[in-house]
Parts: sequence; C-alpha cells; structure tokens
Amino acid sequence: MMRLPKLLSMLVTLLACAFLLVPTLQSVLAGITANYFRGISSGLTLKWVIEVWTLYADSIFLSIWLAITCLAVTLILGVPAAYALARNPGRLSRVLEEFISLPLAIPGLALALALLQLYGSQQGFRAHWSFILVGHVLYTLPFMVRAVQAVLAAIDLKTLEEGAASLGAGPARRFVDIVVPNALPGILAGSLTVVTLSIGEFNLTWMLHTPLLKTLPVGLADSYASMRLEIASAYTLVFFVMIVPLLMAMQWASARAQRILS
Amino acid sequence: MTLSLSSVAKTYGDGTRALNPTDLEINPGEIISLLGPSGCGKTTLLRLIAGLEVPDNGANIRFGDEDVTRLPVEKRNVGMVFQSYALFPNMSVRDNIGYGLKMQRLPRAEIQSRVDEVIALCRLEPYANRAITALSGGQRQRVALARAFAPRPRLMLLDEPLSALDAALRLELRDELAALLRQFGTTVIFVTHDQDEALAIADRVAVMEGGKIRQIGTPEELYRNPQSAFVAEFVGHAMPLSGEIRQQTLCLEGGELPLPDHAGGGSVYVRAEDLRADPTGPLQAKVETVTFLGTHYRLGLTGLTGQRMFALHHGASSPAIGDNLRLSIAPDALICLPHS
Amino acid sequence: MKETPVTARSFGVLCLLPLLIFSLAFLALPLVRLVLSSSEGADGWSVYIRMLQTPRYLAALLQTLLVSGAVTVAALAVSTTAGLFLTRNRFWGRSALLSILTLPLAFPGVVVGFMIILLGGRQGLVNQITPGHVVIAYSTFGLFLGYLYFSIPRVLLTVMAAAEKIDPALEEAARSLGAPAYRVLWDVLLPALRPAMVAAGAIAFATAMGAFGTAFTLATDIDVLPMVIYTEFTLSANFAMASALSIALGVVTWGVLLIARSLSGGTVAAGG
Repeated sequence: MMRLPKLLSMLVTLLACAFLLVPTLQSVLAGITANYFRGISSGLTLKWVIEVWTLYADSIFLSIWLAITCLAVTLILGVPAAYALARNPGRLSRVLEEFISLPLAIPGLALALALLQLYGSQQGFRAHWSFILVGHVLYTLPFMVRAVQAVLAAIDLKTLEEGAASLGAGPARRFVDIVVPNALPGILAGSLTVVTLSIGEFNLTWMLHTPLLKTLPVGLADSYASMRLEIASAYTLVFFVMIVPLLMAMQWASARAQRILS
Repeated sequence: MTLSLSSVAKTYGDGTRALNPTDLEINPGEIISLLGPSGCGKTTLLRLIAGLEVPDNGANIRFGDEDVTRLPVEKRNVGMVFQSYALFPNMSVRDNIGYGLKMQRLPRAEIQSRVDEVIALCRLEPYANRAITALSGGQRQRVALARAFAPRPRLMLLDEPLSALDAALRLELRDELAALLRQFGTTVIFVTHDQDEALAIADRVAVMEGGKIRQIGTPEELYRNPQSAFVAEFVGHAMPLSGEIRQQTLCLEGGELPLPDHAGGGSVYVRAEDLRADPTGPLQAKVETVTFLGTHYRLGLTGLTGQRMFALHHGASSPAIGDNLRLSIAPDALICLPHS
Repeated sequence: MKETPVTARSFGVLCLLPLLIFSLAFLALPLVRLVLSSSEGADGWSVYIRMLQTPRYLAALLQTLLVSGAVTVAALAVSTTAGLFLTRNRFWGRSALLSILTLPLAFPGVVVGFMIILLGGRQGLVNQITPGHVVIAYSTFGLFLGYLYFSIPRVLLTVMAAAEKIDPALEEAARSLGAPAYRVLWDVLLPALRPAMVAAGAIAFATAMGAFGTAFTLATDIDVLPMVIYTEFTLSANFAMASALSIALGVVTWGVLLIARSLSGGTVAAGG
C-alpha cells in the first residue's frame, strides 16, 4: 500500500521527467523522420543529418576547436592559480576568487557588451576566433579554479609539500611532482566541465561571433530561425550526440572527485 | 505496562536475517540492556519494538494488553534516544523537549509546565533557551533524554546513548544516566556494545549474538554463571583453560588443577582477576609482558595453556619479565561450562 | 641552491600572474569600460534616472523579476519534491529517472527554447493533441516553461546533495514523538534543506534573470531585460542605455546571489 504523499511526489517526479524528456525525444525523432508533419510513416532517414553536415560542419569544428583551446587556456591559467589560492588562504585570495567568479553572477550578455565596447574597434582581434575564446575562458575559468581548489583543500597539501621540501624539492618541482598529481581528480572534473560548457555556450558567443565565425549553438539558433523543423532537429540531434557523453563523463568525474574529498 | 514479544524476527529485502525469532518479556519499570557485538541484531530488535521496522509475519508485539505489531512508530507512544541524539537543529532546547507534547495537541500552558518539569528533572535550566548547536555532548544527551521522556512514553528506547561521547565523559555520564533512568520510573530498553555500561545500568541484561538472545539475566547472574563460551568471553573477558580433563583433574601445560564436583566434562574458564600469584600454587607460567595500570599490574603469561593468559597482580612491585611464576585459582572462581 | 621563503613566495606570485593579467585585461578593464560607456550617451550619468523613468524599461525589469521569481518558486517546488522522492526511495529505474532529470544541465538556452517550441509551438505536441489550437511557446508562459526546463536539473542536484546528508534518525525521532508525515516534512526535512534551497533558488533566479538564448529562440515580442538590452544595442545602437541596463541587470543578479550566500552560509554561484 502506498501512502498519499509518496504517491503525489512520485507523480511530480514522473511529470518532471516527462516534461524534460518528451521534447528531447521529439527532436531526436524529428531529426531522422523524412517528413515530421506526416509522422514516422513517412519513413526514417539520415538525409537531414547529412544536410546539417554540409551546411554546418564548419560551426561544429569551430566549437570543438574552441573547446580544446579553451581547455588549454583554463588549464594554464587556472591550475597554478588554484594552487596559489589554496596555499595562501586569506582575504586577498578570497577577493580575487570572488572577482574571477563574477562571470557566473553577471549575465553573459553584459560581459559581452563590456568586451565589445573595449575591444570591438580592434578589427584584427574582433574578427578572430580568439575573441570568442576570451569569452569562453572568462565564463569557464571559475569552474576550473574551483574544481582544482576543492581537491587541493581536501588533501593535506601543506604537509605533503613540506615533506617534499625536506627531501630537497624546490617550489617548481613540488608543483610538478606533488601538486599536479594529487589534484588530478579535480583537474579532470574541471576539464570536462570546461569542455561541456564551452561547447554549449551561447549568451556570450552570440554577441561576440561574426558571420564568418559561427559556433555550434550559434548555428543552432540560426537553424531554429531559418530552417525547416527537420533540419533544426537533426542539428539538435548532432549536438546531443556530442554533449550527452560529455555530460555523463563530467558527472562521473565530479562524483569521483567528490568521493576523494570526503 | 508489560512488554511481550513472541516470535519476533526480521529478514531484510536482500535475504539477510537480522534477527531470529525472539521471545522476550519485560516487566513494568524494568531497565533492560541489549548487549552484544555489532551486527548481533540488538539495534534491529530495538527498532522493531519502536515500530521503526516491520517484523516478519508471525510476530507479535504487545504493550500490556494492546497488540502494537502493526502500529507505526508515531502511534506507539515510545520515547526514543538515538545514537546521534537526532536533536532538531532548527529548534531550541525547549522546543525540542516540547515537540512530542505539541504533537499530542496539548494546550500551550500545559506544554509549558510539563516542559519546565522535565527541564528541572534533567537539570537543563541554564540551557533551556539555547540553540542545540551551543550544547556540549553531555548536555545534548540530557536534552535527548528529556525530549524522549517529556510525552510520558509507555517505554523508553535508547540506542547506544553513550557512544557519541568521549571516553572520559562516558564514564561520568554512565552513572548519571543510570540514576536519571531510575528517577523516570518507566520501562527502559537500551542497546549497547559495552559490557560495563550494560552491567552498571541494567536490572537485566540480554546478551545477543548472531541475531539471537544467548542469555538473559541479572548482571550478577551473567557474570558468575555464564551459560555459554560466548557469554563468558563477552561478559567479563573469561579466558579458556584449555587442557585435558582426567577424572576430577584439569591437566594444563603449566600444571594440574583439581576441579570442583559440579564441573561437567565441558570447558573451563577463568578471569584474569582470579588467576593469583601464589608461591605454593599448583600452576606455573612464565611472565612475558608486564603492564603497570596504576592500581595493579597486568601480567601476560605463557606456558600455562597453549594461549597467552593474563593475570592481575596487586602489590607494590611486580615480577620481572622472564620470571617463572607460581599461580593458584580458587575452586569457586572456575567457570565450568557443559559441552557445547 | 638553498631555498628561501622568498623564492617560495615569488613562485606563488608566478602562479597567479597569468590569471591576474587575463582577468585585468578581459574582465576588470571591460567592466570599467561598460560603466563609462553608460555615461557617454546624450544623458550623461543621468541615463540611470532616465532608465527608471522609461515605462518600457521598468516594465521589462518587472517582467524579468516576475518570471524569474515564478520560475524559482516552481523549480524549488518540483525539484525538492522529486529530490526527496529520489533520495528516500530505492527502486528499479531510479538512476534512469535521475539521468533524465539532469540531462538538460548542458543544454544552452537556445536548445531549451527549441524544446519548448517542440512542446508548445505552432507545430508542437500540445497543439497536435489538443482539439483547439493551443500555442503556448511564444508567450511569457512559454518563457516560464523554458526557464523551468533548465532550472529543474540545477536545483535538483543541489537539493539532493543536501537531502542525502540529512541524518535519517532526525525523521525517525520526529515520528517517535508522534509527528505525522506532513509535520515531519515541515518541522524536520524542510528546515534541514533550507540552506540548499536558498542556494539553489538563488542560482535558478540569477540564471533566469540573465538568460538570453531561450527568449531569443522563442520570440522577440517578450520584453525581458536581456532581450531589451539586445535590441537597444544591435537595432537601436543605443550603447549608453544598453550598458546602463546591463549594469542594472548585473547588479541585481549579483546582489541576489550575495544575499542568498549570507543566508545560506555556503558558496552560491550561478552556472550555465
């Protein structure tokens, strides 16, 4: 026998699942149906996916390229900084941490406007893919710093380093030999988050992109506005195929890092 | 109110038998301890009595004349003290203690006066309006007791009430807890893995192992007349005197010991405090370790039986390591068990 | 070479330097520029006064606050219910439900907008299966559904993490004192979840306030603040007002997160 509150909460859970899942399935289906308005009976086809590829392959490659470079930059900027912040906890570190986390609180649109008004007139930079990269790095950097910092805060970093120092290792050696290997679970979780977020970033990118530099989500917005439903759906399907494995890997890595923390 | 259990058993969904069919009768006002190692089923039995677990079919739990077997915990009117105390952090000490009375929908004034009464009884006056987080471990324990007792439960159930405290405080609060429980006057069942706690607080102790009650009796009975090797070893750490019995004599590696008439053909046990250094004693062993414990020395001995034995030695000085020591055991100190 | 505290410190500075330079060049300076830009229009600094006196901007701000507030409440209600249900029950298919509920975590706003069009648009599911022509996607309600769509997973994860840490004995204690199920929820579970709910609610609110992609995909005639900023900037080329509105939006969002953090005591940050 099931009590009423339990029954109700099960109903809410299932309804929420349906709300999230049904349109996702619709979109997958529409992407491989010959004619969505006539339904499945019109036959299944890959022609829309192929058409998406001919129309938008560039945007997909640009997004992958941006995600990889964004990861590289956040690793170079974020990991040493997370280490320095974890080693010197104090007011100044907190202020800095708070400051680099601003892009999480300030809407992407506002940040994009700020970047555009300062650098928009420099045509060489404005029209280059690295201009979009700056936006992606701004937005993903706090995730990398936090993920690494959380792991470094959980291990007894100071004692480990003192141990290494007593054996004669200098600061740079300690960073390479002690800090990075021990922070790996956090670096992995942070990296997957950065790649996932970079591939899906739209709010900043829409303002920063140029007609010649369209990322995957920009292309999606474009197809939603101007293409037939099947092509928009097929493009969304391509996006799902890229993002869902990343999302699952990200959740797995975060759970793993969390286990190390406790 | 008499608590009677018959054929109460618990099997979990994955097939684990946490408790074998158990019968138990507890008299009104009695303090009973369920004692055993972890995983022996003592907490399961307590939770079944509380109504937090549903027993297997065929079980019957009665509070006096009332069959409560299928009654959920919120309708059983039992007072529970949890191992973690489970005090509500969002309420003050006073609100925690009054929560059960509020659930009984008593008038506000009556709740106030009864909470005051319990607060006085548990000597919590200075802390009544504090937040739970501002209390020490010992104070939390008293609040947990007061909260469980305030609604005048038919039965108080305590799950390891002292284990969240550190060792020094535990000893101090043990006697305080015993006194307070007697003042309450209700029937109390408390679960512990610590034999000292059980012996110090309870009127009767039920020793449990492997999902069964092995023996139930007063602390003295259990200590003096254990019915099984498990109870002898778990209560009072009796050590087996393993050797060969010929007629009425126990032949050990370190000598021969005459057995009293009541000894059957089973095993013989002795406790460390009953193994005495005696220059004229019939037994002999070699001192291997000496540990000074303030009031006495604890000697580790070899050569008496196949295993290492321990003896307590009172006196200003102890034998040295490597000494050969003569020992005796008073006949009535021997614990003789039948064949198992 | 013998190591001195000075080399250790200078190594720490070296570690921070790249991040400092990047943040200065691409975060601090642009934000300063944004503030200055807001004053470079015809109104000078009084652009902020004009912003508050223009009904269209005020209405957009109000509409944004209302939708975000409604989404926050709805997402908290749905996700807390589902989160408690999923933490307290173990059943076959549970992890599948959990995966479905966290799936939209990586969906950008545009995709969420498209999901809502598929559900409630002109060619959407609701329109097909209901007799009358019901199109909900392009209205404020459609926007609400879109924001709810991406808020549910975020709130759910935070609430579930907190729900798993609640001592089960707390609930048992309340029940042993005679509390029925709804009192256990009210007196024990919700107070224990409160910090997580404040944190998650603040994130949902902040994300909804700044969300642009969903509104962009759904329609252009919904006047929420990010859409207004976008049209001011790209269509009207009113850079000063666009900057002023961006700053207002940023300050409100950041303020909400700050208040929430002081209430919940933990770290609150928007994401996605």
